[in-house]
Amino acid sequence: MKGLPVLSLLLWVCAVYFVGIYLFVGGFLLVRLEVNRTSTCGDVLQPGEEPGDFCRARPRFRRAVLLIIDALKIDFARFDPNNTAPRPYENKLPVLEETVSFRPSHSRLYPFRADPPTTTMQRIKGFTTGSLPTFVDVGNNFASSAILEDNLIHQFGQVGKRVVFMGDDTWENLFPKRFHRSLPFPSFNVKDLHTVDNGILQHLYTTMVGDDWDVLVAHFLGVDHCGHRFGPDHPAMADKLTQMDGVIRSVMDRLQNDTLLVVMGDHGMTDTGDHGGESQKETDAAIFLYSPSPLFPAPPSQSEPDVVPQTDLVPTLALLLGVPIPYSNVGQVLLPLFPSHGQTKDVVGGLSQLEALWINAKQVIRSVRSCLAPLVNARLHIFMFSNCVYLTSSHVTFLFLKVNRFLETYSGMAKDIPPESLSQLKDEFSRLSSEYLTTVREGRSPSPQLAASLQAYLTSVRDTCRATWARFNPLKMAAGLAILAFACLMCFILSELSLALIRENGSGLKVPVLVALTAGVCVAAGQLLTQGYVELAWCLAAAALSSELLFLWRASQSRTNAVAKNESKSPKCTSWLTPRHLLVPPLLVPILRCASLLSDSYVIAEGRAVTFLVFSLALYIPIHLNWDGLLLPPIHDPLKAAGLLPSAALPPSTVRKESSTLLACLGLLVGSLYLSLSFHGCREEQGSCQPSPFLSPLSRLQDTQLKNLHYILSVCSLGLWTYLLRRCLRHYGNLNSSSGTVFTARWILPLLSVCLGLHWAVSSTPEDSFRNLAELISLAQLALPRVAFFLLGLGLLLIWLDPLTVFVKTRAAATTRGPSLPPPRYRASTGISPQAELHHLIPQIYQRMRRSLEDGEPSGGGEVDNRPAVEAYGLGTVYSAPLLLFCGLLGIGLLLLHPEGMALSFLLLLLEMGALLHIHASSTTLSGLHGTYTGGFYVPWTPVVLWSLAATQFFHATGHLPTFPSIQWGAAFVGFPDGHTGTLLPASLVTLNTFASHILFAVGCPLLLFWPLVCEIRGSRGGRGCGEEGEDAVMEMRLRENPQQFSSALLQLSTRYLFILGAQVFASVCAAAILRRHLMVWKVFAPKLMFEASGFVVSSVSLLIGVTLVLRVDVAVGRWFKRLIPDASR
Amino acid sequence: MWDHEIRAMASTHAIIAASVFMATVLPAVFVPGFSVYGTHLLWLYSASGAVTVVSVAVFWLLGITPPAKKHTLGYKLSRLLRSCLYFFLSCLFFHAVVVLYGAPLIEYALETFSLAVLLTSLTTLRCLCVLGPNVQAWIRVFSRHGAMSVWDTCLQITVACTVVGAWVGAFPIPLDWDRPWQVWPVSCSLGAMIGFLTGLVAAPAWIHYHRKQLTYKCK
Repeated sequence: MKGLPVLSLLLWVCAVYFVGIYLFVGGFLLVRLEVNRTSTCGDVLQPGEEPGDFCRARPRFRRAVLLIIDALKIDFARFDPNNTAPRPYENKLPVLEETVSFRPSHSRLYPFRADPPTTTMQRIKGFTTGSLPTFVDVGNNFASSAILEDNLIHQFGQVGKRVVFMGDDTWENLFPKRFHRSLPFPSFNVKDLHTVDNGILQHLYTTMVGDDWDVLVAHFLGVDHCGHRFGPDHPAMADKLTQMDGVIRSVMDRLQNDTLLVVMGDHGMTDTGDHGGESQKETDAAIFLYSPSPLFPAPPSQSEPDVVPQTDLVPTLALLLGVPIPYSNVGQVLLPLFPSHGQTKDVVGGLSQLEALWINAKQVIRSVRSCLAPLVNARLHIFMFSNCVYLTSSHVTFLFLKVNRFLETYSGMAKDIPPESLSQLKDEFSRLSSEYLTTVREGRSPSPQLAASLQAYLTSVRDTCRATWARFNPLKMAAGLAILAFACLMCFILSELSLALIRENGSGLKVPVLVALTAGVCVAAGQLLTQGYVELAWCLAAAALSSELLFLWRASQSRTNAVAKNESKSPKCTSWLTPRHLLVPPLLVPILRCASLLSDSYVIAEGRAVTFLVFSLALYIPIHLNWDGLLLPPIHDPLKAAGLLPSAALPPSTVRKESSTLLACLGLLVGSLYLSLSFHGCREEQGSCQPSPFLSPLSRLQDTQLKNLHYILSVCSLGLWTYLLRRCLRHYGNLNSSSGTVFTARWILPLLSVCLGLHWAVSSTPEDSFRNLAELISLAQLALPRVAFFLLGLGLLLIWLDPLTVFVKTRAAATTRGPSLPPPRYRASTGISPQAELHHLIPQIYQRMRRSLEDGEPSGGGEVDNRPAVEAYGLGTVYSAPLLLFCGLLGIGLLLLHPEGMALSFLLLLLEMGALLHIHASSTTLSGLHGTYTGGFYVPWTPVVLWSLAATQFFHATGHLPTFPSIQWGAAFVGFPDGHTGTLLPASLVTLNTFASHILFAVGCPLLLFWPLVCEIRGSRGGRGCGEEGEDAVMEMRLRENPQQFSSALLQLSTRYLFILGAQVFASVCAAAILRRHLMVWKVFAPKLMFEASGFVVSSVSLLIGVTLVLRVDVAVGRWFKRLIPDASR
Repeated sequence: MWDHEIRAMASTHAIIAASVFMATVLPAVFVPGFSVYGTHLLWLYSASGAVTVVSVAVFWLLGITPPAKKHTLGYKLSRLLRSCLYFFLSCLFFHAVVVLYGAPLIEYALETFSLAVLLTSLTTLRCLCVLGPNVQAWIRVFSRHGAMSVWDTCLQITVACTVVGAWVGAFPIPLDWDRPWQVWPVSCSLGAMIGFLTGLVAAPAWIHYHRKQLTYKCK
């Protein structure tokens, strides 16, 4: 078999796909550029005065304490005295309400709205710089990198304020060496509720009493970790919040008059305790401001903001503490904190509302003149404009200035705003700003007309920007789309022409690759000459596109040649794209699937939609077989002429057996499909949806009995998984030899599952129950998963190194030489009945060997008479056994990264895989594919489509969703409870967790090719097509006999699989491109695109692994035969 | 060829379609507040009842039902009983299939079962009328060479149209348009009914245009 051409063709196809995805994503998602400009004291100008040094003026507060309670949702902070039966998270912070009601001029409590993404690092960036970190930054959360933008901490340092920090070590990574004193504690062990908080409490009060600080930042993590671990509705949350209540009280007692206290949450949490998305539960945190000296000049009134945007903290804190507002801030000052015009005299050293606003505005407008202003992501504007909706008229001014600044700087950077509308807006701005400035100078309050015209201006700006500002790179997007479309077409043609390509021995690939290289280099050189630098994306695009076009051209050439040569075949070749062919269900279903990706409703309901499609296609198989009259044995009617139907290929008993197998497997498939629906998670868009109870880890369950039940269920399904795998291997006699693979199947597989079961038991024990065993438990939590990882690695390595599961017995030994292996022991060890044993023997193996080695070693043909000399056990499944074991081991490994309850879902996955394989095998046998197409091993579209849809189906059925909040971050801590130092390992663990089903199905894809051959034994097919009557079952050795067809079938199967996956990626890319101005684009389509694209990358890599494993086995089989020949001749 | 049968088929189908129409219009006259969406179950049962009664009557009058082998009363009674049993079993079968397709299991069980009744009266009942209570024959009919008369071909077409209609009817359910016909099971039963009516029109037309190609083995 020619492995290299297959592998290189597949690699090339994958590479082309990757280039397309890379280009499109590069044009669609833009990375925010940070501005390295900083504000200085001289920048801040007082209105109507000469430039003075702002920083020297006496600030309102000398010191500030920032208590950040991670995930302090607004619901936690509110206090409802009428609530008699509060839930664990309600009414646990009475101190806030007491202070607000008893000392209204000293304190206020507001909802504090974070901008998505609501992850801690992005939030810290947000409320220190005042800018809006983006979507793409989410990935950096594992190794937070230092903030380079201007920020509050930097400004404090510039003015000489001593910043003391304690708590979450993310801060230390974001602001390395910026703190006067820093006490970071490890943040990433989500299960640890107390280390960070207790560490802070050890130092907080002593620090406060001392005089070695000006700004104190304390970041508590307990509430957030409690949410992640137990969810908000758990007694542990009550304890934690009560503890926080005590902390706030003690801090308030120790405050001095010149100190400001800010208690705030960085984000909220969902009902399951997670965060990251943009639902209101996640974005609405709480902010509480307090000072022992009067803080609010006016009592609470109607003009209070309902919600404080998180970025507003930055200018407010900066002005209260007397530091310049950070350069890239987009927030505005919190007006109630500043006295309105006329009350200024009451507050010594303070700024009036208008002054504060003016400074804020100045900061914002300053960069209007500079062309090097911040380049901000398109999304930032969208967020900003969505914020406009709830701004009152007094705030309009600031937005107006801000927006103008953005407009100007943006037009400087990106030339996509029409110049005439820009100049119109500029004129409007200068008119309004002069009017505003005169108003300010004369000391009048802004007139309603001014506010109204400002608002109108804002609206027109917003409309202009909406139309133009989503800053995509349309050229790159179009190139990516074109490359992907051609790649799909190429994949399709490859799958049709696989045999021809294998025949010409891969030379079809050389020219496209060469052309691709030349094109890439040419473009690079051209860019270097004209622009002076090389943009990699365009070189790749040129390379991919040219090679694709060349391939397609050659394919069409060869087709016209073929048509010219063979006129009879032409209609079959050319009529492929007619509607009649596209509407057959195996292709209709993927078309529907792709179409469904273009609608947000179907993306939201994707899990069910895919299950629906799988079910429909599965039902189609028996209906189609029945339509062709193949499901039931033909009725032997004497009247009916025997010539009407093609003479019955299969005896009725076989047909009946195969049909009942098919129907039973269909039942199994349908059952697992239905049950898999109960493991789905819930998107926030799905209103009345309950996430599956199996999704939460066992440690969250409080009911002990339920916990035990779940545990037993999980362990049972794990055991069943292991048993089924071993049972299958044993059934085909693969457990007899002493190779590495067999060792893996016998020992490593059970050991791995025992390890996993123990790990679940340990991780689900409540922390308090075994106090004296705590050390042992923590050791076990560390050691067990690591042992499992090690075993998994060892098992996979052994399979790779020694993949053969063939047990050889020389027949000569049985007759002449006695002491070979005694048969009874052998039988006992396998449990095969003698009858079955007969089937597993490959008696005439020698002839077969000779035939298969004809081209390789013609000299071996000397011993023709030495007939059945060798019996080999498990040779019939020599290819599928290692692959199956590989999948099984990998499945257990991936299960390790999931919550315990998912064991059931994984078992369903295995059952569904088996059912699909058997359905495919039975329908192949029934339709007599091997009988009609001589020696072909082609896998039709239906099973391939089912296989790829099942991957998506189980993506959902293992609790995943194509949204960022639903990523199971817990997977990164399996075996590493203390967090990580790098990003690579946790990222790969999370990837493995997210795309588990994609990986399993892609690795197992070649099984579709093998299974009809494996199941051949049951049908005892006459093998008419192969032209050899009365021989024993040879199963997968048929593949060895026809190496060329083997490789072409493997290539065809892989390209078909890649085609279906690629078509899905193409569809979601199209959705993102077409609907890029859609309301749901950032909520539904962009995440879906990211998941689909990364799923494709992971799947194709796993598919390559699977194919490589098959090729590896093939090499090993070849060696084994070579070794056997001298043995047999002796 | 078969001009007589085609004409009979067309008129039969016209009668059945008219009965569906009447089943929609008559309750609207007599029942206050009747609408296809609002009181969907009422429409569903009246339509399926009308189709059942009219098909049984028409097929019996036309004499398409395979002649009974024995003419004793007991045999006829047992045939009738078996037909009723098959009707009920087929309802359960469709119910199970619809639930497996993703319909809610406990919630809306009545609605799901009503849909199953409608599907049964549109498909299984026709099989019962044309082929009698003989599952073997039913399975045989749905194969390429299985049709033995024009009526069998017609059965194939109408049943396929009904099932495909119900299947397509499930598509709009997840969409967020908030229309009254997106409520379970309105879209599916409407789809099935539209598919059935299409089948009623399509079957005689198709047979008429393909009458030259059609060949049937004699029984």
